[in-house]
Amino acid sequence: MQATIDFVRRYPLGAIGAAIMGLFVLTAIFAGTIAPFDPTATDAPASLARPGSVHLLGADFMGRDVFSRIVHGARISLAVGLCATALGCLIGVAIGLASGYLGGGFDLLVQRLIDILQSLPLLVMALVMAASLGPSLANTIVAIAIPLVPNVARIIRSNTLALREMPFVEAARAVGMSEVRIALRHVLPNTLAPLIVLATAQVGSAILVESALSFLGLGIPEPHPSWGRMLSESAAEYVRTAPWLVIYPGIAISLVVFGTNLLGDAVRDALDPRQRR
Amino acid sequence: MSGYLIRRFFLMLVTLFGISVVIFVMLRLVPGNITDIIFDSAGFVNPKQKQRIERELGLDQPIVTQYARWIGGLARGDLGYAYVSEKPALQEIAPRIPVSAKLAGLALVFSTLFGVTLGVVSAVRQDSTLDYVLRVVSLSGLSLPSFWLGLLILMACVQWFGWIPIYRSTPESFWKELGLLALPAAAVGFRSSALVMRLTRSSMLEVLRQDYVRTARAKGAPERSVNYRHALGNALLPVVTIVGIEAAFLIGGLIVTETVFNIPGVARFLVEAIRWRDYPIVQNLVMFIALIVVLVNFIVDLLYVALDPRIKFGN
Repeated sequence: MQATIDFVRRYPLGAIGAAIMGLFVLTAIFAGTIAPFDPTATDAPASLARPGSVHLLGADFMGRDVFSRIVHGARISLAVGLCATALGCLIGVAIGLASGYLGGGFDLLVQRLIDILQSLPLLVMALVMAASLGPSLANTIVAIAIPLVPNVARIIRSNTLALREMPFVEAARAVGMSEVRIALRHVLPNTLAPLIVLATAQVGSAILVESALSFLGLGIPEPHPSWGRMLSESAAEYVRTAPWLVIYPGIAISLVVFGTNLLGDAVRDALDPRQRR
Repeated sequence: MSGYLIRRFFLMLVTLFGISVVIFVMLRLVPGNITDIIFDSAGFVNPKQKQRIERELGLDQPIVTQYARWIGGLARGDLGYAYVSEKPALQEIAPRIPVSAKLAGLALVFSTLFGVTLGVVSAVRQDSTLDYVLRVVSLSGLSLPSFWLGLLILMACVQWFGWIPIYRSTPESFWKELGLLALPAAAVGFRSSALVMRLTRSSMLEVLRQDYVRTARAKGAPERSVNYRHALGNALLPVVTIVGIEAAFLIGGLIVTETVFNIPGVARFLVEAIRWRDYPIVQNLVMFIALIVVLVNFIVDLLYVALDPRIKFGN
């Protein structure tokens, strides 16, 4: 409790971010209870209904309730944000740790691989991956996770390189510990702080990339209520005729990513005192 | 130095070769090629006809042969034919490049101008209200999806002027074109200006804490001169890197923004080609993007050496 109060006092912006994220997670968990309508149920008479007492944030072309779709969309964004980040970090950590610890030919190979993956902007890479895997929730997660790998691998690798030369690693070796045990039990835990900082920041960018992919029609397929997808359906046309279809899903994306960014900054300041400004 | 250059150049070729293989293989993993799409939309499948088209397009060849054919063509400046339009891919791609380049250039000018200026202001007035506001604004810049920002801009245009800016490929004058591109450029550049601002701010703060800055203050140099003559130059060094890298990574923003604003550039073309499984266009465009990214990284490295005398690549 005291720790929470301290965190709020020291990082007020971070606390706001944490509150936004908390709200977001709760929305995703209790989506079924919060949403007044089935997010995929169509209702022809309600087509393009304005925001009002029945449809809080209006309805789309097929008469689906925008509020309910946004609430359920939180599940998709949360799933993609967390799973893509976790998958990307897992692969990145494994590769980075192995390459930094083993060195030699394997390290050279990994470095070239990282160069190759980084020679394309995140969205372009994800776009090609998503297109080649086909549209589905799982494939979208993979398509976003893979482009995140090089970032993670690079940071873990450089940390491992520095840690490998530390006296405590030498000590572990001197008492006869196996190399695998040293790498997993002594080097890996010491790379956690930068990893947490990086992962927090990646959740936001994973959610942003998902929304862009779905916006372009190459991410989450219909009828899943993805926020990006909600914006894609002839959004440029609705700018004129039904602005509520454009405004609210965008606010949802921006708010959640803003929350991860606020939280990410605070986490960085808290875990990495050298970076503190 | 020249040894480093040669090594760097060699690694660049390795990277480009690697990405060409990755892209080529990934595109062939796609379930279904263009013939499937054509026949899907036609509603019936005549296997003979399908086979004939596949043979015409070379899709029946082994993947290694297809790859060798593509790379061999690239080396001769022949990018193959687009499946959809059946025109040479080069003819399809080349005319769309200037529009995207102008848009990217404008966005970069926008982001550097705002990013650097606001970053310096924010650092010099650290912890003031202005600093807080600017930091929150820059964080929001990293949070808004650029396609949504584009849609909001369109909405504002409708609301206030009653029209939507429509880009035509032959605008009457340079200034007209600039005007039409300014709004999408702002939508693309907002995100990178936020990045540039954050980096400028933190870099400036770090420099302001250094001993030589304190010395300058101690000998009585006026605040203005300390901030802008002594500190700014050094603070901008890391900014050069991020601006360079952003220049290449703006392409991600271009993809969605060109789609929102209906601008006939290469980035929107890439999305269309991906939807149509138009391999020659997709693989050549992606290679083109990779080439830009790799070249820009190379130039940024060189620039860094040129600007910072502390860095030398002897060995």
